[in-house]
Amino acid sequence: MESMQSYGLDAFWEAVLLLGAVFCAYRAIVAKRILSATIYLACISALTSAIIYLLGAAQVAVMELSVGAGLVTVLLVYALSVVGDDAMDPASVIPKPLAFALVGLTAILLGSMAYPAIPAYFERGSMTLAISLWQSRVLDVWIQIVLIFSGVMGVLGLLSEKTPGRTQEIHQ
Amino acid sequence: MIVTPFNVILFGVVALLGVGFYGLLITRNLIKVVMVLQILIKGVVLALVLAGTVGGNPGLGQSTAATVIVADTIVAVVGLALAVQVRRRFGTLDVPKISTLRG
Repeated sequence: MESMQSYGLDAFWEAVLLLGAVFCAYRAIVAKRILSATIYLACISALTSAIIYLLGAAQVAVMELSVGAGLVTVLLVYALSVVGDDAMDPASVIPKPLAFALVGLTAILLGSMAYPAIPAYFERGSMTLAISLWQSRVLDVWIQIVLIFSGVMGVLGLLSEKTPGRTQEIHQ
Repeated sequence: MIVTPFNVILFGVVALLGVGFYGLLITRNLIKVVMVLQILIKGVVLALVLAGTVGGNPGLGQSTAATVIVADTIVAVVGLALAVQVRRRFGTLDVPKISTLRG
C-alpha cells in the first residue's frame, strides 16, 4: 500500500516536472528573442535533469545539469553576443497548421508504438553505470574522448577572430 | 489504463519530441535550429534512461545517455561555430537566404 502511494507521488512530481519542461520547450520555440529562448532551454535542461534524477540516474542527471544548463547556455549566450542584432527568428516558411498536423500525427504514431512496451511493474537489474561504462561500453568512452577533442576544435572555431589579409601576406 | 511514473515519462518524452519536431519545421534562424536540436536530444536522453530502467538494465541506458549528452554538446559547439562563421560570411542567419543552390 505504501509503495503504491509512493508510486503515485512519483508519478505526480514527474508529471509536474514534465509539464514544465514541455511548456518551456514550447516557449523556447515561439519566443521571438533568441536570448529568451536560451533561458527557456536552460530551464528545460534543469527540469529534465530532475526527472532523470527521480528515475535513479544521478550521474546522468548531474551531467545533463552541468552540460545542458551550464556549458551550452554559456556557449549560446556567447554566440548571440557575437552575432549581435541578427539574433531574431524570422517567420516560418511552412504554414504552422500544417506543421502542427504533421507533428501531431507523428506524436500519435510514436506514442501508440511505444506505449505497449512499458510494463506495469518491472524488476531492477543489477548492472550499474560504472560497470556498464567501463566494462561493456569501453568503445563509447573512447568515442567520447574523440568527441571532446572535436568540441575543443569547435570552440576554437567559435572564438577565432577573422584575420583578413593573412593569406594575401603569405602569397606576397 | 494504469498510470505509472513510466507511462507519465513516456508521454512527456513524446511531447518533448513533438515540440522539437514542430520547432524544426518552423524555425529559420540557424542558432535557433541548434537550440531545437538540443530540445529533441533532451527527449531522447530521457527516453534512453527510461528504456534502461524499464528494460531491467539501467546501466546500459545510462551509459548510452551519457554518450548522447557528450555528442549533443559537441553538436551544439560545432553548430554554433558554424553559425558564427556563416553570419560573418553571409551577413545573415536566415536559412533560406544563405542557401546558394539555384533551380
